[in-house]
Amino acid sequence: MDAATKSEASSLHSALRHKFIALAGNGYARSATAADAVAGVQPKLVVEPGTAQELAEILRLSNDAGLAVIPRGGGTKLGWGNSPAHAGLILSTARLIEIIEHAWADLTVTVEAGCTIQRLQEALAQHGQRLALDPLWPEKATVGGVLSTNDSGALRLRFGALRDLIIGVTIALPDGTLASSGGKVVKNVAGYDLPKLVTGALGTLGVITRAVFRLHPLPRYMRSFSVSTADGVEMQQFVLAVQNSKLAHTFLQSHFSIDASPVSDILFEGTEAGLNAQDTQLRHLSALTRIAEATTSTWTAREELWASADPATTAIAKISILPATLARTMELVKRTAKEHQVGWKTLMYATGLGWLRLEGKPDSLRAALQTLREELQGQGGSLVALYRPEKMPAFDAWGDAGDALPLMKAVKQQLDPKHTLNPGRFVGGI
Amino acid sequence: MNRMEARIFDELRGIVGDRGLICSPEELHTYECDGLTNFRVMPRAVLLPKTTEEVQAIVRICHRERIPFVARGSGTGLSGGALPVENGIVISLARMNRILEVDFPNARVVVEPGVINLDVTGRVSPQDYFYAPDPSSQSICSIGGNVAENSGGAHCLKYGFTTTHVLGLEVVLADGSLVHFGGKSLDSPGYDLAGVFVGSEGTLGVATKVILRIVKRPECVRTLLAAFPSTNEAGAAVSDIIAAGMLPAAIEMMDNLAIQAAEAAVHANYPNCGGLLLVELDGPVAEVEALMTHVNEICRSNGASEIRLAQSDAERALVWKGRKAAFAAMGRISPNYIVQDGVIPRTALPRVMSEIERLSKEAGVRVANVFHAGDGNLHPLVLYDRRIVGQEEAAEALSAQILELCIAAGGSITGEHGVGEDKKKVMSKMFAEPDLATMQRVRCAFDPLQLSNPTKIFPTPRLCGEKPGEYVPHPAESAGIAERY
Repeated sequence: MDAATKSEASSLHSALRHKFIALAGNGYARSATAADAVAGVQPKLVVEPGTAQELAEILRLSNDAGLAVIPRGGGTKLGWGNSPAHAGLILSTARLIEIIEHAWADLTVTVEAGCTIQRLQEALAQHGQRLALDPLWPEKATVGGVLSTNDSGALRLRFGALRDLIIGVTIALPDGTLASSGGKVVKNVAGYDLPKLVTGALGTLGVITRAVFRLHPLPRYMRSFSVSTADGVEMQQFVLAVQNSKLAHTFLQSHFSIDASPVSDILFEGTEAGLNAQDTQLRHLSALTRIAEATTSTWTAREELWASADPATTAIAKISILPATLARTMELVKRTAKEHQVGWKTLMYATGLGWLRLEGKPDSLRAALQTLREELQGQGGSLVALYRPEKMPAFDAWGDAGDALPLMKAVKQQLDPKHTLNPGRFVGGI
Repeated sequence: MNRMEARIFDELRGIVGDRGLICSPEELHTYECDGLTNFRVMPRAVLLPKTTEEVQAIVRICHRERIPFVARGSGTGLSGGALPVENGIVISLARMNRILEVDFPNARVVVEPGVINLDVTGRVSPQDYFYAPDPSSQSICSIGGNVAENSGGAHCLKYGFTTTHVLGLEVVLADGSLVHFGGKSLDSPGYDLAGVFVGSEGTLGVATKVILRIVKRPECVRTLLAAFPSTNEAGAAVSDIIAAGMLPAAIEMMDNLAIQAAEAAVHANYPNCGGLLLVELDGPVAEVEALMTHVNEICRSNGASEIRLAQSDAERALVWKGRKAAFAAMGRISPNYIVQDGVIPRTALPRVMSEIERLSKEAGVRVANVFHAGDGNLHPLVLYDRRIVGQEEAAEALSAQILELCIAAGGSITGEHGVGEDKKKVMSKMFAEPDLATMQRVRCAFDPLQLSNPTKIFPTPRLCGEKPGEYVPHPAESAGIAERY
């Protein structure tokens, strides 16, 4: 950039900033600091609009001015995905935090995108209900962020993913359109299902401003158990036996690591009579394995996988496999980790989704991730690298999007033709 | 639209053979409508491909010649989704009806679109699995049609809709290209195009392969019938069941007219009452029995005069037979009827019901009510006699008013039958212009020439490339620095 262009750009930003202040109010548009950096890229401005309309207007102005926009909720997963090609504006949903309507008798809630999961759950619990989802860091993570990253945990086995829980959405598009799709009722097939389109789209199609969810009752009683097995093969047998049984478990997750034998946690919810019966059945089913009442750490297993890590030597990936390939995949992880001299630990759900932590030198981490991705993709699965150390050689976060990639790009082109939103962060350079 | 010349017919015949091409007017009559028979359009031809490659070859010709096409499964749809379009062809997937793969350890089944819904369950039931979505037409409707409509059914309250159970799709796009959405494993990288495709009513392409999730049968299933003086008491019981934190496998409600019709048709042995509730719980025996006791108490405290628990599988099947036959049974009590499909928040039920009753009295047109009460999905059946002058118009007007009640209550114009041809004019009452424009932009990404089931869903089709709203050029654009796409 020559000096003249630079000064032109800076006056553009200053003019925009004034417009943003006029829209969002004084104190809600500021220059970005180092703390606002996104995957190593420094944005210029941070704006916190007070309404969805303001947000849409700010997005439109940015789009017109060619300013790349990074939507931000609680910022807990802002590093997921590839580094943005450029970053002009952080568009924060920090002020869009209202729980608009908890229709508890209809088991639905309408909530603004910036509301944290924890705050939402606390409000729902007042009527004995919950959003049946266990995302990472609920005290900071927001509705919009969790939707955009499609973050789900162990409860997905029973209640489905966000795609199964969201029933309506409002998004702001780069041209300033505020569009709604879905509705407030659980059953509804009118029009295209755009709530599913934006779930997991990493904010590349529009900025979610509000969502409507179907809810579930809080459980009356809960009981969980830990089951340990000698090796991966035995663990797979156990998991498949539970899945093929008449047990009505709420979640089933298994821990594997370099230095311990596999352990799985299983959770039941229901009436006391139902729990007693299932307790007996489980013990009958797992006669060969060791079984004990589980500790509370069961609930935080995924956060622990993220927490106890040295950021400079750790990589974390989400992997997807078929449940019946669990033992083979864990063997593959073990073999690959050994070959590249990295430590490893996984948390695998009975759905076939799981989380992998690798520890070692950045070069070795990359090599191990590359090998694992190729192997998993070869069997129809995937590996998405969500955290990579700064010094790790370049490695695409997503992997292969298959033959639908041109269509995905066409969808992007229709909704965000100037590539204003999160440019370059998603699959295939979207 | 080009005229379809002999050359094109020859080309099509070359793809599907003589037996795969229907173009004689007598045979084409079968395809001029779907389950919604008041809309009829004669297609130019019907093609019956047997493979994905044949579907691609047909669609490529359509693309080249700009011929619109409509995919069709069993033709049981109730919104005119499979209604042919003027000068277009119909691609029937009825001959692509193989179950390609059954994978029990991973609980996945891969099918072609013409496979009948109930045949999936039939195939996996020896291993104690089932395919959960169960529309009333499940013994004849196809999986491809279910995908197009995102079909529900009585048990979707607990188990979810077709979209919950479709993990992956092979799709022929409108230009003939083949793409794959999702897969056997979850969360493939990229946009959830399977989620967008399911329920798109054939407007985004033709599904040629579907990866389904199957579900293990619960340890036990218990079905309770409770007779109430009216639907109001029955509705109150439903609210109490939900408020008690239960998620039944199904909650169905029928009013007196619907009961009479079902009795006349299949002798389900329903109690004669003003509001009948059918509650089904499933899961581990101990759990279900504890909860069933609770449901029983709730029904009794809301004024149920008679409560019956189906004592055997045969009794259970009979109870369901009555419910699933309810639409067709209307023929027993009325020469003609309209099947409506609307959704309201469950809590609005008493208000909307009494409003329907008022409108029905006012118009002098009877309405029988069958609901999926657990999720607020109403199926009012508007009864009339075409031979009486003015009745048909009165019935249509009443049916439309019922939909407006649903919209006003914050609900939806369709819970499971789809928009199709039938309800596209009402879409603009449920959605604002920017909402519909955004959906159409998605459509333009899939099918820029709008050849795949055009004229459905949207009230005013938009040409792709047309920009909504006023166009104001950006200064950078005027200066030639930037350009719009």
